[in-house]
Order: sequence, then structure tokens, then C-alpha cells
Amino acid sequence: MSDQDQADSGEVPMMQKLLDNPFLLLFLGVASPALLYLVWGLAEIFTIPVR
Amino acid sequence: MATTTFRTCPDTGLKFFNSTENLLKANAVAAVVFLLVGGLHGLLVGMTRWQAVHLLGAEDFYMVLTAHGLNVLIFWIIFFEIAVLYFASSVLLGCRLATPKWAWAGFALMVIGAVMNNVVVLQGNASVMMTSYAPMEAPPLFYLSLILFAVGALIGCFVFFGTLVVAKNDKTYEGSVPLVTFGAITAAIIAVFTIVSGAIILIPTLLWSLGLVGEIDALAYRLIWWAFGHSSQQINVSAHVAVWYAIAAILFGAKPLSEKVSRTAFLMYILFLQIASAHHLLVDPGVSSNFKMFNTSYAMYLAVMASMVHGLTVPGSIEAAQRARGHSAGLFTWLRKAPWGNPTFSGMFISLVGFGFLGGITGVVMGAEQINLLVHNTLYVPGHFHATVVVGTTLAFMALTYWLVPVLFRREIVMKGLAKWQPYLFGLGMSGVSLFLMGAGTLGVPRRHWDIGFAATGGITHDFPAAAYTMLALNGLSVIVAVIGGAAFCVIIVGSLLFGRKLGDQKMSEQWIADPVTDEEYSANGGSAFAIPGTVVLAMVFFVSFALYYFINWKYLAETWGIS
Repeated sequence: MSDQDQADSGEVPMMQKLLDNPFLLLFLGVASPALLYLVWGLAEIFTIPVR
Repeated sequence: MATTTFRTCPDTGLKFFNSTENLLKANAVAAVVFLLVGGLHGLLVGMTRWQAVHLLGAEDFYMVLTAHGLNVLIFWIIFFEIAVLYFASSVLLGCRLATPKWAWAGFALMVIGAVMNNVVVLQGNASVMMTSYAPMEAPPLFYLSLILFAVGALIGCFVFFGTLVVAKNDKTYEGSVPLVTFGAITAAIIAVFTIVSGAIILIPTLLWSLGLVGEIDALAYRLIWWAFGHSSQQINVSAHVAVWYAIAAILFGAKPLSEKVSRTAFLMYILFLQIASAHHLLVDPGVSSNFKMFNTSYAMYLAVMASMVHGLTVPGSIEAAQRARGHSAGLFTWLRKAPWGNPTFSGMFISLVGFGFLGGITGVVMGAEQINLLVHNTLYVPGHFHATVVVGTTLAFMALTYWLVPVLFRREIVMKGLAKWQPYLFGLGMSGVSLFLMGAGTLGVPRRHWDIGFAATGGITHDFPAAAYTMLALNGLSVIVAVIGGAAFCVIIVGSLLFGRKLGDQKMSEQWIADPVTDEEYSANGGSAFAIPGTVVLAMVFFVSFALYYFINWKYLAETWGIS
């Protein structure tokens, strides 16, 4: 469905719903770097063989 | 029940609820105080790095460097950012602040933490620098002070999110929040990740310094600390970009070129900006190249693209507004006719250019794993972040402050002649600091050594080229210019608060907020909001500079590592 169709039907586009939901954004903004940076990085550090 | 009285600013029509207004004032004043303290320490650092002056001894240097970093990179910036969050929520959305008592509790914790930290550092036993890498140990109160400050800031973030809920429930706005508020949401989200990361690493480090935990893994410390230390600077980026958009709207009545594009760019920040922390680990052997490259290149470039979008749309929106208001001749009449004597504009524009050309380009160069090796842990790093945090963020915040003082404190700015020159002084000085530190870093001068002549190191010698000493001397001169500019800002703002003419309910003689440009104005002269040829030319200059500098660094690398 195009943006115009969605506007005509009064339906809010999904991207707009995401951008209008600060708490969902908060979840994504914490989860994304937590997984990509903290969890991935710590997993690599703590799996370094001791010897 | 809390009182919810408010006043309407006669110049801007903005609603200031009493609790919001007092918190804004408190956070803004605290911010300027810590800027002053941190700036003075910066002067001492610059005068010591200048080898011919070499003001401080080694012990004092590391103490002062610690105090400088924490006061300006953490305390000044975050106090001001909390003010920005309250302004972008309660004031721009026209609603009361959620839980003002919690907001005051947060403010009190931040003040206690910041003051305690300064006292502990200046006692001389916590000269661990801002990074405080374990196993280098500071007294427990050092870590406790940072934790208290971080908890206070976290409370401020949640008050901000609560205020968004209040505004939605009270229906004080329709549709989506304004773009400036959306930028503040981005900053607050990054702040939550930053502060939680700080807690994850600083709490065990506090327990370690108390003897309750046996050991802190040095590499794990570095990884988690940088999620705090670098992301805290990404809060700045989001906040100062929001300030750029605000100033474009305030001074020119400019509408964003595309709300969708600008919001999507902020979304890229939310998802990817914080992982740039990995560029501090590019020479650490404990994490793989996959981790390093994904975080500093592939995913991070989406956030870099977001910055370039903002760097295009902010001046682009100003150009479109100026053209709509009649400054449409040639490529750059819109820019020439901009109010260069108004420190709010000049500060914002120097911030934008400095952040993009000096901070942005060098950040990408440092973030590429291979060419990072040329400058890792050299003075190039502080050179880069003086362009992003000081020219970019601090100057943007200074610019907004000139506009806020009459609106918020109802006092006229004093020493207007000096105020006109202040952003140029500060911007020029700090750009010099940035360039000359990067120059010294390119010549291999280490980032954290008190004396590049290696005095009192028991026979360690290394001869840096004479140009390195010249760079540090030029850095020292630039520091003096920047400190004069910074001191002028503090004098003007404190002077205005104490002695500026009281405005009360009286409207100022000049218009303090531009009328929004209408669709009719945009489409007059046969133009369109997207006709921004001047900005496109500036963007092309940027891309050419970017590409040239990037490939020059690969050339340096090729010379360093000859291939036979």
C-alpha cells in the first residue's frame, strides 16, 4: 500500500508509528548497542582461552 | 499537589511552567559554572603541553587533565543537556514537567556528584584521567561521585520521558512531536544506554576500590567503560543537532526540508551511533576484527550518513527560508545576508561547519581499522574530539544560551559588542586547538604523556620532529584564544543574569523568534523548498575534502608499511 493510499484510509504508516513511540525507540536504542557492542564484545573477551 | 502555574513569554509565546523554569535555570547555571572550572583547567593543560612553557609538573598535570576532562566532557555538557531535555519536552510541548520533585532530586545528585568529584580529584589521589582505566585505581569516592552524577542524570532522562507522556495525555500537541523534541528523544535514549553502561562498570569498580571485589578485567573494563565514555559524547551529537534545527526555526522560521528524512536520520543515530565506542578498541587484541569492523565501519557508517543528512538539511532549510524571504540571488546571497553579527547564528553555523569538516571527517578516518593505526592513542584523538564536542557541541550550546537568557531569565544580554565576537574567538581558538593537536598526533605525539621530551623517565628517549614542538606551541596559542572566548561567554552570561536589564513582561524591541515561513512564501518566485543550490555546492566541497583526506591517510599508511 502506498503512502497516499494509507493517508487516504486514515491508517498511520508503520514507520510513523515507530517514530511516534518513544518507548519502543528507547527499547531499540538500548537493545541495539547492547547486543552489537556490549554482548558481542564481552562474549569475545570471556571466550579467550586462558592458555 | 504540585502547583502548575505558568507564564507565557511575551517574545516567543512559549509557555514556561514554574517548576520547569526553575529547573531549567538551575541546570543551565550549573552547566556554565562547570564549563568555567573545566575551561580554566584546560588552559593549564594547554600551557603544559606547550614545551617551551611546560607550566605544570607531571603530578599536577595528570590531576589537572583529569579535572579538565570530567568537568567539560561530562559535567558541563550533561547539565546543559538536561536543560535541553526539559526545554524540548515541557516548554516546546506546552505541558507541565512530570514529577518535578524527582527532577530536583536528580539535579541534587548531579551537583553532589560533580562537586564531590572535583574535590576528590583536586586532592591529588585520583589522577586517573577521565578514562580511569583499571587496574589504575582511584579512591572509592571518585567512582561514587560519578555514580551519583549518573543516577541524577538518569532521573532527569526519565522525567523527560514522563513529560512526553504528560503532554500526550493532556493532548498539548497533535500528531507527532516537533522535530527538535524528536532530536531530544534521541539524545535521551542514548543517554539511558550510556548511563546504564556506566553503572555496569563503575559499580563493580567502586566495589573493587573498596576491596570487596578481587579484580577487574582490564579489557572488559575498557569495553564497557567506552560504552559510557564514548556514548556520552553521542548524547552531545544528538542534542546539538536538535539545537541546530531549533536555531534554524527560531532565527529564520525555517521548516525542515523533509521531516521524514530528518527523523529517519535521528533513528539511525538511535540504532547505530553508540557502537562507535568500538573505535577505542581497534588495537585491543581481545576482540576480533569482525567485531571491530562491523561496529566501527559497516553499521557505524549508517550513523555517519545520518550526520551528513543533518549537515545537509540544516543549512538547506536555512537556505530555503532565506530564498523564500527574498535572498534568492546567486548561490550564496542567502548565506551572506544571514545575521553574522548575532551570536546565536554565528555560533550555530561555526559549530555546524567545525563539526562536519573537522570532527566528522577525522572521526571516520580514525574509525577505519587500518588507518586508525597511524594515529591511535596519539594527540590526534583529543584533536578530533575538541572539534566534535567543543566546536560542535559547546559552541552550539553557547549559541542557544544567547537566545535563552532573555527568554528564560527575562534579562537583556550585556556587552553585546563582545557577544558578537565571542563565537568567532572561541570557534577560531578551538579549531586551532583541534587542528594543531591532530597535526602533532599525525607526527606520533602520544596522547597522554606529560612531556614529549621524555624528561624524568629514566633514560627513555625519542626525538620527535621539530614540527611536533611547533604544533604544540601553536596549540598553546590557540588555547589562549579559545579560553579568552570561553571566558568572554561566561562573563557575558553571568553578567547578563546579574546586571542585564530586567525585561519582565515587556516585549523586546527586536523580534526574538521569526515567523514560520509559509507555503506561499516557499513557492513564491517560482521556487521550491528543495531548491538549495548553495547548500549542494557546500556539500560537494565537503565530499571532496572528505575523499581527499581519506585517501591521503591511506597514502600515509602505505608509506608506513612498505610492500615489497
